[in-house]
Amino acid sequence: MSTQQLPEHPDFLWHNPEPKSSYDAVIVGGGGHGLATAYFLAKNHGMTNIAVLEKGWLAGGNMARNTTIIRSNYLWDESAAIYEHALKLWEILPEELEYDFLFSQRGVMNLAHTLGDVRESMRRVGANKLNGVDAEWLDPQQVKELCPILNINDNIRYPVMGATYQPRAGIAKHDHVAWAFARKCDELGVDIIQNCEVTGFVKDGNRVVGVKTNRGTINTEKVGLCAAGHSSVLAEMAGFRLPIQSHPLQALVSELHEPVHPTVVMSNHVHVYVSQAHKGELVMGAGVDSYNGYGQRGSFHVIEHQMAAAVELFPIFARAHVLRTWGGIVDTTLDASPIVGTTPVDNMFVNCGWGTGGFKGTPAAGLTFAHTIATGAPHKLNKPFALERFETGALIDEHGAAAVAH
Amino acid sequence: MLLISCPNCGSRDETEFHYGGQAHVPYPENPNDLTDREWAEYLFYRDNTKGTFAERWLHSTGCRQWFNMLRDTVTYDIQAVYPMGVPRPAAPFPPAADTGTASTGAASTTPLSPSTAPEGATK
Ligand SMILES: Cc1cc2nc3c(=O)[nH]c(=O)nc-3n(C[C@H](O)[C@H](O)[C@H](O)COP(=O)(O)OP(=O)(O)OC[C@H]3O[C@@H](n4cnc5c(N)ncnc54)[C@H](O)[C@@H]3O)c2cc1C
Ligand SMILES: [Zn+2]
Repeated sequence: MSTQQLPEHPDFLWHNPEPKSSYDAVIVGGGGHGLATAYFLAKNHGMTNIAVLEKGWLAGGNMARNTTIIRSNYLWDESAAIYEHALKLWEILPEELEYDFLFSQRGVMNLAHTLGDVRESMRRVGANKLNGVDAEWLDPQQVKELCPILNINDNIRYPVMGATYQPRAGIAKHDHVAWAFARKCDELGVDIIQNCEVTGFVKDGNRVVGVKTNRGTINTEKVGLCAAGHSSVLAEMAGFRLPIQSHPLQALVSELHEPVHPTVVMSNHVHVYVSQAHKGELVMGAGVDSYNGYGQRGSFHVIEHQMAAAVELFPIFARAHVLRTWGGIVDTTLDASPIVGTTPVDNMFVNCGWGTGGFKGTPAAGLTFAHTIATGAPHKLNKPFALERFETGALIDEHGAAAVAH
Repeated sequence: MLLISCPNCGSRDETEFHYGGQAHVPYPENPNDLTDREWAEYLFYRDNTKGTFAERWLHSTGCRQWFNMLRDTVTYDIQAVYPMGVPRPAAPFPPAADTGTASTGAASTTPLSPSTAPEGATK
């Protein structure tokens, strides 16, 4: 479904209540994951006396800074399961949330530029098919047919040797996704509280019983952390550590163009990913800055690198102008997979480490994290992503399929 | 882009360097005695400080020496550059002259001894 109509203005989509003195559960972070978690807590578990606390404005973190790519072509069974579940939810959510966020299943190509890439990609196509994820291997000619502006000459620095293709993948308007969840949360009685920064936690022994905020202390029975780039800062306040490193990741857009780019093209090897937004901007993402950072701005040389790759792959971009660049703070783990589950603090749960690729996971992150918060136990889809894996060694190494090196 | 003041070569663009993560993380003294939890801590858990952070950098396309640096992870101001093996300089540091520009603290004048290898020699 896509009516291509712009929805209502966000001000009218939810109320802005004062925080109450106590809730059954508090979700920290008003990005997509926090909102989706609150939505599924209310819808699937009947928990409506809950609040989402956001230190800034709704979806002002990574949620509305990302390049909006949605796909599920991950390598390992655990990842394929959770991301494919997310994709199935994306396919029904516009109807369920009664809000058109322009989910467009225009397909995603992940390019291969070396023999190693080719082998890895073919292996991933095989793994995807075994997991029920739609995937195909395309030769350079087929790549060209799907995206005619791509340069498939073999005399360039990183020639296109083929691509994996997931036809059901695509993009969605990320800010509208947040508004869609927020509107439904509000309807279900969830308090969405902006400009409310969590500054500490109240504990009774090892059990969390409240959160301290810049708007006073709020008692609560359960806390769910959905704070992306700031998860380890919050964990430290609660007295435990996370194996997370926060890095700046940036993206940029061009001015508006006629439709020229019909699909989504990603290249892990040369580090650029491109799609054309509904309005017409070319949306491009880059790699992370190598160093830790919380500054929400990235290095210029990363853009330079990304643009060089983009212009070589898409020669017609050479005369396009960059309109805006911006950065987000992504929370990376050493196996490039998220951490979702219980924490060393009783009644405190964490959803983090989605790094450079968590937008696509939003519905499944919310659904499974809500299950964990409501029942205190893992959902079968998020069980492998527990914090304990760093101790047991059962890592889920998705560097190859994560698409952004980190 | 950061302008990083290599103790051997002077100020160079960030692109000449390689980031090495948190500084002062020693290799376990008795590796055989470590529990799984302790191994996890050593391998996967690093500080993720919001503020002044001690980290290692390698001047990969210059002198190819490792050194340590104190950098603010919010403003990206470089507050001190100092050799491997030297303890972390004590705060406070004067505010950097220019955002994103290296302003080297007193410790950076300490010459880097050629024998200093990175602690733990990981990465
Ligand atoms: C440039 C860029 C491009 C990306 N491209 C893609 C892509 O194409 N596809 C994809 O799948 N993923 C992509 N991602 C990753 C994706 O955006 C993130 O993984 C995902 O948004 C993380 O979950 P979230 O939406 O809840 O995080 P966020 O939206 O960052 O939500 C966290 C919220 O917590 C709030 N917060 C932090 N500390 C506190 C506190 N103390 N108190 C209260 N609130 C607090 C923050 O203000 C923030 O709003 C990209 C990210 C970036 C930065
Ligand atoms: Zn040097």
